[in-house]
Amino acid sequence: MTFQVPCPNCGPRPVEEFTTTGEVRERPVESPSRRDLSHYIYFRRNARGVQTEWWYHRFGCELWFLADRDTHDNRVLETRLPTSSRGEW
Amino acid sequence: MKDIFRKRRMWRAPTRLKDSYDAVVIGGGSHGLATAYYLAEHHGMTDVCVLEKSYIGSGASGRNTTIIRSNYRTPEGARFYKRSVELYEQLSQELDFNLMFSQIGHLTLAHSDRAMITMAERAEVNQLFGIESRLIYPDDVKDLCPEIDVSSDVTWPILGALYHEPGGIIRHDAVVWAYARAADRLGAEIHQNTEVTGIGVSNGRVTGVQTNRGSIECDTVVNCTAGWSTTLADMVSVDLPIWTSILQAFVTEPVKPFLDVVIVSSQMHVYLSQTDRGEFLIGAEVEPYSTYSNRGTLPFLESSARHVLELFPQLSGCKVLRQWTGICDMSPDYSPIMGMTEVEGFLVDCGWGTYGFKAAPIVGVTLAELVATRKTPDLIEPFKLERFYADRPVSELAAAAVSH
Ligand SMILES: Cc1cc2nc3c(=O)[nH]c(=O)nc-3n(C[C@H](O)[C@H](O)[C@H](O)COP(=O)(O)OP(=O)(O)OC[C@H]3O[C@@H](n4cnc5c(N)ncnc54)[C@H](O)[C@@H]3O)c2cc1C
Ligand SMILES: [Zn+2]
Repeated sequence: MTFQVPCPNCGPRPVEEFTTTGEVRERPVESPSRRDLSHYIYFRRNARGVQTEWWYHRFGCELWFLADRDTHDNRVLETRLPTSSRGEW
Repeated sequence: MKDIFRKRRMWRAPTRLKDSYDAVVIGGGSHGLATAYYLAEHHGMTDVCVLEKSYIGSGASGRNTTIIRSNYRTPEGARFYKRSVELYEQLSQELDFNLMFSQIGHLTLAHSDRAMITMAERAEVNQLFGIESRLIYPDDVKDLCPEIDVSSDVTWPILGALYHEPGGIIRHDAVVWAYARAADRLGAEIHQNTEVTGIGVSNGRVTGVQTNRGSIECDTVVNCTAGWSTTLADMVSVDLPIWTSILQAFVTEPVKPFLDVVIVSSQMHVYLSQTDRGEFLIGAEVEPYSTYSNRGTLPFLESSARHVLELFPQLSGCKVLRQWTGICDMSPDYSPIMGMTEVEGFLVDCGWGTYGFKAAPIVGVTLAELVATRKTPDLIEPFKLERFYADRPVSELAAAAVSH
């Protein structure tokens, strides 16, 4: 079976209803060097374990939210709305 | 006469690790084993071991859909894969092992004007490099594959195809075993059930590796762990632009042979071939989220089966025999990442995503040359990790987005 993702609005829904843009990355500061900017654009932590990711309920309520998901077994531990204070947008 | 029933080991099973090796290859897939073989065969480097955490071929090398081709989009990719296909053509002879390489031809179907333009462009690039590759039309498709539905009253009518004659399929297990046997015969050691748990670095240079079976000293480590590449690069704090996901495949029950060409449809995200056993072997695309979990999904089975039936309605009564997955190291530009890193002696071979099996021979040749000479061979110069820091990707999206 595929796994379910709990949307903060709609509750647990099949993963096929969502799209993800992958792990949350720390954005570089004001005028980054080409190296820092390229690092931000291309490089990934690619954790084998829990990582925080951006998810979008595309075939649903169209909400963007954050999910802590374990890439080892695909379990979603927590989903929440982003807050600017945590540097998440 | 009795002799033919005697049990023969294809490679030794060394009981203990030595204290040191000239080079350590991590990952007993096609890439790691080919590298060990060419190190010995081309450069006389035999004090080498391959460390595999499970059994050899347990990674993507034993799970792929075995398509070999060279009709890539970029000049860098085309000449690289061309050389690999040429090596594959000689490989059964060279390794004295029947790899069952069948160059049955490869068709990438176009279902839109846009796709026709992309195919035309790929054909031009391919021809420049002497790769047999050309645009053909529905009548030609029907000639090559009389069973396919080329009618126009379907969801995605076939407008044409990129036809690549040297493309084909091979027996993937045999490739793994043949490289293992040949590397072993020349003196390299293959250690299965040996997991690398740490890599020692001092003053920016590799000093050794730790495993579940003890430690080894070495100054050269080649990371050939494909989907697990990040976990090893983390041990030496080398960042990679890789995300890991699974690619799935399935086979039907065997049926009478009627398909003797590889069929790919990027529009429908599906590709298929008929194996020598008569099974239809069908694959699609990686899952769109990162995961290290080898667990198949029902939606994959449903959607690829539906798409295959658009092309071959006569398969509708056919049963699915088995389904499986493999872990893939996706790179941002669908091209590999090969060569040295900022840690001296730590070499990477990753970013093989869903298309790396066809490259095993040329990867082995070029990585062995790099290890032995410390000079990057021309063929892999464009694939350095450094290209991402310089924002110079080698985009194979148009030729590799449908995974094979
Ligand atoms: C379903 C599917 C279909 C595919 N179809 C095609 C195709 O048609 N054509 C094509 O060209 N390519 C295809 N591919 C891609 C291709 O299979 C891979 O790119 C290629 O096999 C990679 O080979 P490798 O030797 O680098 O890696 P693998 O074969 O994955 O080997 C890596 C090995 O490293 C080992 N390892 C990992 N971590 C450690 C550790 N810490 N210590 C020791 N060992 C470790 C693993 O156990 C594994 O055996 C497909 C892949 C899949 C999954
Ligand atoms: Zn929702």
